[in-house]
Amino acid sequence: MEKNKRDWPLWEVFIRSKQGLDHKHVGSLHASDAEMAIENARDVYTRRMEGVSIWVVESKYLHASNPDEEGALYESAKSKIYRHPTFYNIPESVGHM
Amino acid sequence: MDNIVDLEKHFQDRIDAEQRIEPKEWMPDAYRKTLIRQISQHAHSEIIGMLPERNWLTRAPSLNRKAVLLAKIQDEGGHGLYLYSAAETLGVTREDLLDDLHSGKAKYSSIFNYPTLTWADMGAIGWLVDGAAIMNQVPLCRTSYGPYARAMVRVCKEESFHQRQGYEIMMALCEGSEEQKQMAQDALNRWWWPVLMMFGPKDDASANSEMSLKWKIKRFSNDELRQRFVDMSIPQIEYLGLTVPDSELKWNAERGHYDFGEVNWNEFWEVVKGNGPCNHQRLETRKKVYEEGEWVREAALAYADKQQVLRESSQHVA
Amino acid sequence: METAKNKTNQALFNVVLSLADSTLILSHRLSEWCGYGPVIEQDIAMSNIALDLIGEARNFYDYAAKLEGAGKTEDDYVYFRESKDYKNLLLCEQLNGDFAHTVVRQFFFDSWHIHFLDVLRNSPDETLAAIAGKSFMEVSYHIKWSSEWVIRLGDGTEKSKQKMETALEALWPFSGELMEATEDEKILIAAGILPNFEQLKTIWMEQIMSVLTRATLEVPTGKNTVQTGGKTGRHTEYLSYLLAEMQSVQRAYPGLKW
Repeated sequence: MEKNKRDWPLWEVFIRSKQGLDHKHVGSLHASDAEMAIENARDVYTRRMEGVSIWVVESKYLHASNPDEEGALYESAKSKIYRHPTFYNIPESVGHM
Repeated sequence: MDNIVDLEKHFQDRIDAEQRIEPKEWMPDAYRKTLIRQISQHAHSEIIGMLPERNWLTRAPSLNRKAVLLAKIQDEGGHGLYLYSAAETLGVTREDLLDDLHSGKAKYSSIFNYPTLTWADMGAIGWLVDGAAIMNQVPLCRTSYGPYARAMVRVCKEESFHQRQGYEIMMALCEGSEEQKQMAQDALNRWWWPVLMMFGPKDDASANSEMSLKWKIKRFSNDELRQRFVDMSIPQIEYLGLTVPDSELKWNAERGHYDFGEVNWNEFWEVVKGNGPCNHQRLETRKKVYEEGEWVREAALAYADKQQVLRESSQHVA
Repeated sequence: METAKNKTNQALFNVVLSLADSTLILSHRLSEWCGYGPVIEQDIAMSNIALDLIGEARNFYDYAAKLEGAGKTEDDYVYFRESKDYKNLLLCEQLNGDFAHTVVRQFFFDSWHIHFLDVLRNSPDETLAAIAGKSFMEVSYHIKWSSEWVIRLGDGTEKSKQKMETALEALWPFSGELMEATEDEKILIAAGILPNFEQLKTIWMEQIMSVLTRATLEVPTGKNTVQTGGKTGRHTEYLSYLLAEMQSVQRAYPGLKW
């Protein structure tokens, strides 16, 4: 095969399905540059009116947490139940709070 | 947890608890390999599967059919892309996967090695081939590997119109002239058995089934899905007024299923080995397309590189 | 008075049919790429453009049928007319060739299409204005796609540049027909129904020059109105093959429903 044969870079695609919602990861695709990645995302992931806004990021720039460190990362939050509204007992008579 | 036995147990426990496995998590090598094989085979099938329908796209007999068929084939391309992307999360590149396809190392669904001979084949493919594919694919929406499952959810959602458009083509033919009805029957005759082969070899002859079931990559056996497909299809065939090309087909009240004849496994294995009517043609087409696209892909990269250099040098100036 | 009105109506019918034919034939050519694109993402992109164009064509055929008032359907126009009755631009029927040819053909067409529709959106003919309004949004994407590819391929590798030069030379002689008004078009321009073609010509040329400059490509030097006649039914050799293929099923079994 030829010497500098290489794939177009891989991009991760995030789509906002409706005004006001978060962008959500929908998949990935290949494109030679960012502009093309956005257009390809439009063609590939919004063929059925799934989106109003598209983000793309080259996959190599995406850093992920290590799944094996699940405990270290998330265990701590589990014990902080006082962060949730249901932790507190407020009489119903005071109305919605 | 560094001991391999512990790792494997933890992995299997997660599978048994219906948890999804995500990229970069520890997984047995064989699980990874099985997934790469299955997902890429699936992706290749979508891409190769565009060709037999493309064969009639430019001859679609109405503008409506033309638009629908184009949208459908385009969807198949999209599905191939979702699946290649899912495979890429396992540490292979699309280029590697395509190389394996072109060299003949990777397989794709044998059904696409059969020719499309009349317009009725567009009906039969949409209705039966996509129908069988959906039957295979719906359980895959719950497959244990997260990116594959999510890709399949998207695929299944989009496939729902494919089968209906195929059946509608068949209905139009069966409500039409005598020639059209014959065309529909001929298509059914040619596609019925190859479609039953799409579910893979019989359970006792399927090399990869057992582990795939244990790992919940697969959720039903080949024979289970095949039976389910036959049961589902017969009323649809009856509605069209067509005849199933199987003299042994009959309702078995005791089992609550249709009994049906034996698939010609000899033919199945011949097509898998590359001796089907269109194996050579399909693969050569894909190779040619890939080679002819090389300069385009290179040019786009060269342009992107130049732009990158420009951006960097302008940053230095600023 | 009555005859002048008839003349305008006849011209309108011919022009609407011509627009329908051009968008259909270009869509058909693009659809030939389906499954054969240089990379799946672009295969999908070309199919999208083809689907937009076939949608636009159907709107125009629908309008043509209303204007003719003979109870015809879109399929009557598409499947049962011969080459000489087709009124599409010659540019649209040219072979796909390699990807560079397809990109250049699309770029020439889009550069006209977008500005044509932009003005047509405000046509006093409400149906035309509505069709143009819908397609304008879609074509804004087409022109982006084709311009970007002209630039990428022109300023890509030596090989891609050379292929683009070849394609530009080959298709340039067909590009003038876009803005060369037929007798029918002149009637509608005079009536204010169609945009002024002289202005379109200027805008088109500016668009071509600006994109080709960014692509480090030269504008071909020769006249671009060498090959014309498509809009009045005189076609290149390619169209009859396209029609023979497209119409084959309908022609083999006339009068049936599919």
